[in-house]
Parts: sequence; C-alpha cells; structure tokens
Amino acid sequence: MGELEVEKHVKYILLVEKRKDDFESVVMEHLRMNGAYWGLTTLDLLGKLETVDTEEVVSWVMKCQHESGGFGGNVGHDPHLLYTLSSVQVLALFDKINVLDTDRVSNYIAGLQNDDGSFSGDMWGEVDTRFSYIAICCLSLLHHLDKINVEKAVKYIVSCKNLDGGFGCTPGGESHAGQVFCCVGALSITGSLHHIDKDLLGWWLCERQVKSGGLNGRPEKLPDVCYSWWVLSSLIMIDRVHWIDKEKLVKFILDCQDKENGGISDRPDDAVDVYHTYFGVAGLSLLEYPGLKAIDPAYALPVDVVNRIFFGR
Amino acid sequence: MHGRPRKAPTPEEENASSLKATKLRSLQSQFLQNHHSKNYTKEALEISAKLLESNPEFYTAWNYRKLAVEHNLKQSETGTDPDSIESIIDEELRVAESALRRNFKSYGAWYHRKWVLRKGHTSTDRELQLLEAFQKRDARNFHAWNYRRFIAALMDRSDAEELLYTTDMINKNFSNYSAWHNRSVLLSHLLEKRAQGFFPKEKVLTDEYDLVHQALFTDPDDQSGWFYHLWLLDQTVKVETPLLISSWPANGVDLNVSSDSFPLILYFSEAVEGVNSSTISVESAWDANKDLFWRPLSANNSGSAQAWVAHLDFPNEKPESLKSFPVKVSLGHSQGIVSSNGFHYAHPSCFEFTVCVRPQNKEHDPRQSIEMISWRDENFHVNETHFQVSSDPIKYFDQLKIDENSEPTGSKWHLKTIANEIALFRELLSEINCKIGKLTLARLLTAHDAMMPYTKSPDAYEMIHFEEVLELYSNLMKLDPAHSRYYKDEYSLVLFQQVASSRESLLKHCFLYGGSTGSSINNYICLRLNNLSLSRIGSVQKLLWVQMLDLSHNELQSIEGLEAMQLLSCLNLSNNKLGSFTALEPLRLLKSLKVLDISYNEIGAHSVDTRRYLCSSPLSHTAGSDWNFDEFAVSGVKVTNYWEAFSIFKGLNLTQLDIVGNAIPDEKFKLFLFRLLPSLKWLDGEELH
Repeated sequence: MGELEVEKHVKYILLVEKRKDDFESVVMEHLRMNGAYWGLTTLDLLGKLETVDTEEVVSWVMKCQHESGGFGGNVGHDPHLLYTLSSVQVLALFDKINVLDTDRVSNYIAGLQNDDGSFSGDMWGEVDTRFSYIAICCLSLLHHLDKINVEKAVKYIVSCKNLDGGFGCTPGGESHAGQVFCCVGALSITGSLHHIDKDLLGWWLCERQVKSGGLNGRPEKLPDVCYSWWVLSSLIMIDRVHWIDKEKLVKFILDCQDKENGGISDRPDDAVDVYHTYFGVAGLSLLEYPGLKAIDPAYALPVDVVNRIFFGR
Repeated sequence: MHGRPRKAPTPEEENASSLKATKLRSLQSQFLQNHHSKNYTKEALEISAKLLESNPEFYTAWNYRKLAVEHNLKQSETGTDPDSIESIIDEELRVAESALRRNFKSYGAWYHRKWVLRKGHTSTDRELQLLEAFQKRDARNFHAWNYRRFIAALMDRSDAEELLYTTDMINKNFSNYSAWHNRSVLLSHLLEKRAQGFFPKEKVLTDEYDLVHQALFTDPDDQSGWFYHLWLLDQTVKVETPLLISSWPANGVDLNVSSDSFPLILYFSEAVEGVNSSTISVESAWDANKDLFWRPLSANNSGSAQAWVAHLDFPNEKPESLKSFPVKVSLGHSQGIVSSNGFHYAHPSCFEFTVCVRPQNKEHDPRQSIEMISWRDENFHVNETHFQVSSDPIKYFDQLKIDENSEPTGSKWHLKTIANEIALFRELLSEINCKIGKLTLARLLTAHDAMMPYTKSPDAYEMIHFEEVLELYSNLMKLDPAHSRYYKDEYSLVLFQQVASSRESLLKHCFLYGGSTGSSINNYICLRLNNLSLSRIGSVQKLLWVQMLDLSHNELQSIEGLEAMQLLSCLNLSNNKLGSFTALEPLRLLKSLKVLDISYNEIGAHSVDTRRYLCSSPLSHTAGSDWNFDEFAVSGVKVTNYWEAFSIFKGLNLTQLDIVGNAIPDEKFKLFLFRLLPSLKWLDGEELH
C-alpha cells in the first residue's frame, strides 16, 4: 500500500487555485466558493493552511456576499445556501467569522425556511434535505439556531426517512449516501439522533462497502472516493463505523491518488479534481490516518475549528 | 472528474480545450452582464440558453431565465395572449430538456422544469414520455424518480397506477433498487389508507414476499431485494402499539428497601413519550407518590425513551413503615403514551408489589465507612443455596405478564409466514452458501423466537434457536470478514438474550461478592458477564434488578442500554474498547452508581470520537448552557480537552474510580477529577486523603 502524498496534494491544490483559464476551471467557475472550501479544508487537514494568504481569501469571500446576506458561488453570481455554508466554513477555518454581520447572514438563511419546516436553496424555491442540513449547520456555526423553527425542521427531515433507514431529497425520495449525511448531520447538530434506527441505517451504510474496499452511494452502484466522506461521517455519527473494513478503505483511497502530480480521483486511474481530493483526505482523517488533523463528522470542519467555535479558546 | 480517465492531454486536446474555454468564458461574461443589467431581450435570452446547453450547472442562468419569464409574462401584450404565453413556456421547456440531454443529473435543469410546470400554463402530457426516455437511459437516476413523483402528484395519478409502473420496472430488471424503493413508499401509503385491493394487509404482504423471493433467489448477491425483504419482515412481526415489557419492581414482588427512596422503572417495547403522573397512576400509602416526576432514560433531551424512571419516596420517620404495604401501578387507562410512529399505548394494565421499608443506618460521612471493592476472582463465590432464600433478587427477573390483556401478536398468519420464510431460506442455503441467506435466516429465527413469549404454545421452549443463530453469526464473520464486527454485535445481542432467557441460564453468571468482612457491600449478588467477547449490550429489560455488574474483559465500545439499570451501584467495565469519555454517557443517568472501573480501555487513544453526537453537549445544543466549568477548572487545563469528562462525571457521586490504563490521565486531569468528584475516596486503588 502506498502512502499519502501530502506534499504533492498541497502542490496540486495550490495549482488548481491559480489555474483559471482551462476549460475545467471555467466550467466550475460558478461554484468556486465550494472549491475554496474543499481546497482550503484539505490544506488545513494536511497542516498547510498557513501557505494561504488569509486576507486575500477573506476579501474574496466577502466580495461574493449579496445584499440579501447570502453568498454566491463566485463574484457576481446569485446567492444560494450552497455557497453561503461554504463561505461561513471558509471564514471559520481562518477564525474570521467576526468579519460577518452574523445577524444578516442568519436572517437570509432563516428566511428560506418553509411552513412545513423544509428549506429552499434560494428565493426560487427548490426544496431538498441538503438545504435543511446547510441551514442548520450554518446557523449553528453562527450561534443563531434560534432564528428558525428547529422542531419543524427536524420533523421535515424525519418525513424523508425511508424503509432502509436512510433519507432522500424530499419525502418519498430514494436513500442516497450524500443525502443520508445531510440528514444525519442535521439531526446530530440538533440533538435529534433518536429519530434514527442506528442499526438499520448502519447496516445499509456498511453494505455500501464493495469488494475493492471502496464505498458506493447506493446499492448496486460503483464505488467512489467521495462516499468515503458521506458514508463514513454518517457511520461515525451513529457509532457504527466499526461495521466496515477500514484498512481496505484506506487502501482504496490511497490507490486513487495521482502519485505523480498530486490530487485524488473518484476511482483508481481516473482524472483527479479538488472535490475528490478533499473527500479522500477527509475520509482518511475519519479513518485516523496518521499525520492528519481530525475532522468533525457533522460540521465538516477540523475538530479544532469546531471546538474553538463551541468551547471558546 | 467522475468517471473520466486520468491521462495527460495531447497538444491537440489542449488546444481544443482552451478554445472551448475561451468560448464558454465569453458566453459566461456576456450572460453575467445581461443578468446584472436586467436585459431580457430575445438576443440576451439566447445567450443564456446557449450557456445552459453547454453548462447546465450554471445556476445563476436558470435564475435569470425565471426572472425573464416573470418579466415577459408581465408585459401587457403577452401577458394576456395565450399564444405568447405558450411560446414563452415552451421555450423554457425546450431549454430545460436540452440541458437535461447534456446532463440528466443537473439539479438546476430538473428544477427549472418543475418551476415552469407549476406555473400551470402547459399540459403535463409529454412529461411521462420524456421520463420514460430518461429512465430507459438510466433506470436508477434518482432525479428522474423524484420528478416522476412530482408529475404523478401534479397529474393526480393514483398510487395503485404508480405501483404498477414499479412492477413493470422490476419485471424488466429486478436489480433496480430505485423501483423497489418507490414500491415500498407507494405500498406503505396504500396499506395505511386501506385502499381498495390493498386489504387485508396479510394478503398483500404474502404477494410481496413472492415477488421479492424471485429477486433474492435469482441472484442472492444483488442487494436490490435485501432491504425490501427486511422491510417486509418488519411489517410482518412489528407490533404497532407500544407495550410495557418489563418493570422494576416486577409484578408480585415483596421488596425490602432501606433507603427512603427507590426507583420505579417502566420498560417499553420501543421508545415512547408522554409518561407522566397523568398517564401512570401509582397508588401507595403515601400521598407524596401521587404526583411522581417521570424521567426519560435517554441521552438526549428528546422527551422520549424506552425506559422511564420515577422515584418513590417513603418518609422513614414513620415507625409503622416496618410492616409491608402495597403499591399498585396502572397505565393505559387514559391516552397519552405515544410511540415515535404516533401509536398510543392501548393495553390497560397494572402491576402490584409490596414494599417493606427498613430503618436506615445513619451514616455520618459516606466516605468514612466505605470499603474498596475489589473485582478479583477470589472475591466472587458461587452460593446456590443463597439464591433460594426469600431475598433472591433473581425472582424479580420474571417478566411482566402482559399477554393476557394484549392482542395476540403472534397470530397464525404471522407465525405461518415466518415459518414459511425460514423453510425457504433453509432451502436456499442448502443449494448455495450466501451471506444474505445466512443473515436473513438468523433474523427470521430471532423474529420467530421473539414471537414465542406471546403465544401459549406448550413447546415454545424447545423452539428457541439461540445456538443455531449464534452459529450463523459466527459463520458470517468468516464468510464476510469486512463486516465481521456487524455480525459480532448481532452475536452479542443474541448472547445476551440467551443469558437472560431463563433463570437457570442467569444463575450460571450470578456470584456472591464477599470482600473484607464488615463491608457494607458484602453479600451483594454480582452478575458476571466478563470474558464473553461481548461487543454490545442487550436484553437490559431482564436485568433491571442488577446492582453489581461485571462486564470486564469484553470488547464493548458502547454501553448503550445500561442507563435503564437504575439500581446499579458497582460496575466493572475494565479491559474493554471504550474509546472516549462520551461513550460513558449512559452512566450520567445512573444516580446510584458508586463504584466504577473503566481501567484499561482506549479512552483518549482515538482522534475520532464515534460517540461525539450521541452524548449531550454544546455541539448538538443538548447541554452546556448551564455548565459552570470555571468552578472546577484547574489552571492550565483547557475546556476543550476535558469537556467530555466534565459532562459525564459532574453529576455522579462516585466513591471509587479506576481509570488507569487509558490514554489520558495526567496529574492535572487527576486534580480536575478530585474537584469534580468530591465524594471520591479511592482512585486507581489508592485511598485519597
């Protein structure tokens, strides 16, 4: 089994950030805020966040804020919950949440809660449990969870629970590991994990591990490094992570590295990207791979960052 | 990138890519300009359409098109002309469709289509056709399935019609988890509504078993049918209304107590809420027990739990309290106890016991008169004669007799169905050695056994399958090593069931503790479940009477369940796999716990805490607002390092603690512990002064 190519991954991430003119970068331009979160969190987990100019990042993040209080995926793009969470998480990494008018951001998020407790992603009304997680996670990081009706938010999430113990996008939607993470994360942050049948969901989740050691996101699908995060963090939050073979998963993730140029891909020998690089490294952190900072399974931020926010200094 | 091979691009590819990038960049910047200047002309709209057709994920462009639709519909001319409205709407559907052809996983494109259709200016007829085309390309696309549910609702298609669609999809290819999933959703609705053709439930479930057998037996390794079968099994055996399955004290017990207060525990078949003095009536000689305060025994503040406790108070100044008197507990006479699925406790029942209060020995300082408990083997004695006498606590082990009042849960159909399934899976296993066959058989046998206590079959006893189920799980650990610890956990639960299944089997694990003479704890009965490689705790409802418990030398990483054992006063958890203080959360609820051994575990040895969100803390907004950490702070100690220990120990009154052999204790931590636990007399075998 190879080792984690820390230096090469750091180099890769810093390079992606600079490369703005190739086709991939242009296609991804609208979600640069997510990219910033993936890249910077990876750097922090690898212990290399100090290579980044804090002021430059913070001022760019703030340029993406819309007058509504929400953040867009890039300068000039519309605000959406997806990028609002990433913005807050990036600021949290640098201990810079204080540059925000947290009331304004929180009001934007709280304003997107619907009567049934669900959340829309933006003013156009698409509803999804991903947005429930984002709203709850973000408000909790800003210490403003009291701005929404938590009880209703939890009730809506529970209404998306399925026969297999997992969760879908909306009531009746099929369980999907990414969606399971969102719902388990939101229930964790609101102290509502008792709504989950941990054994049933745990079995469904642990059966996501396929022969190669990798994890898939739904039954009878191919494995993908990103599920190392979605499935693992969910298993950890419900204390069932011992139900999978961790060593085989570590090997699978390491096999997805580009050992020459850095970066991690979805499966061995596929093209790398910053999204899978983050999920690979975060997955290894959840697997207690030596030398990595620990990451919190619910807030998706390094444990020291989360502890700083909730326990002070 | 998802599914794209990793290779360095050729110079030609690089050129092509940079050309594409330039084109796309120019589209994107033109678009953003139009968006910011609110330009909704035909030309401007054309640019956004081109952009979305090449990059459907560019969400701001979808927003822009929605703004444009609203803007253009408002224009005085077009707003009233049906043809113009139609052409605006049709154009949106066209753009969404071609974006979906480019990327049918695009959230933005699917949602745009929904948004347009919700406007109601257009027919939905084409939608099902379009969906068929997409579902043919990928029968598992969850966007398409979600959209299908949306359209079905919009078109008022019945659940029965949609169920037929899932039958078709499954018949075409049974390996379609999405179709099985949708089937379970639709069928749940139909069964709940008792829709025509879907009643009685038994008949429907029988047909469903037949359908899923085809999938399972064609390819047992294909997971598509696994979860559906488990769901059917659950539908078959599940008792919808919650039941009271155990209590402390149990029915008919004569209890001697020496303190002026003791716990009354109710243990239900599932987590319930609404246990309070109006839903539970307690009749005793003292008024004080009329308005009892009931507390849910669960880690969170949910107000819901499987076990509930209240404390009965007996003023001990009354000399006549030496004679015993009756207590009667009744429940189910009024509604209010509800399960998480919304079912009410519906079996009016009661149980009675008698209590004899003995005068207390007035202890001056509890720390003065306490002996150290030693868990060494030589202190535990087998003394069977002792267990025959009247103070025998094991007789309290008898379960509550609830079957007389409740509906029969193991009706003929249920038992027959389970027996039939057992036979089928035995047959499958005789042909092919597969893990799902073994696992399902183990689950079926367990379900079968669980139904037995409710039936009055005289040979019920011979039909208990513990040994066979344990064998199946041992087998599975070897057959499927990646999931071995899942099977190990299941194995442990069955082992607990077996130990607690009868008085005889329990007695094998009961010992008399006899430490140094004169100890107040002498002659405790200790339940010793050490060295059994248990990885998890179960059957707690049968162990509510236990005061001294030895679980040392097992593989426990969680002690979930112990919170119901309210009488526990001495607990040995040494030499297990507890990975953090947060794993001790259940102990916070054990107010009578005095002696605790957690030595030689893995506390502090892991960077990942798997109990972090299963315990109360500021991270989950379940604790912390009243934490006064400063009071116990030791200089140089950070809150973030010790909050877990603080949260667990601050409410306990331990007199003895063994903590050596973990990856935490330094001198500062010990100082911190002393402040937190002022009653502590022994730490790691040393007496404190």
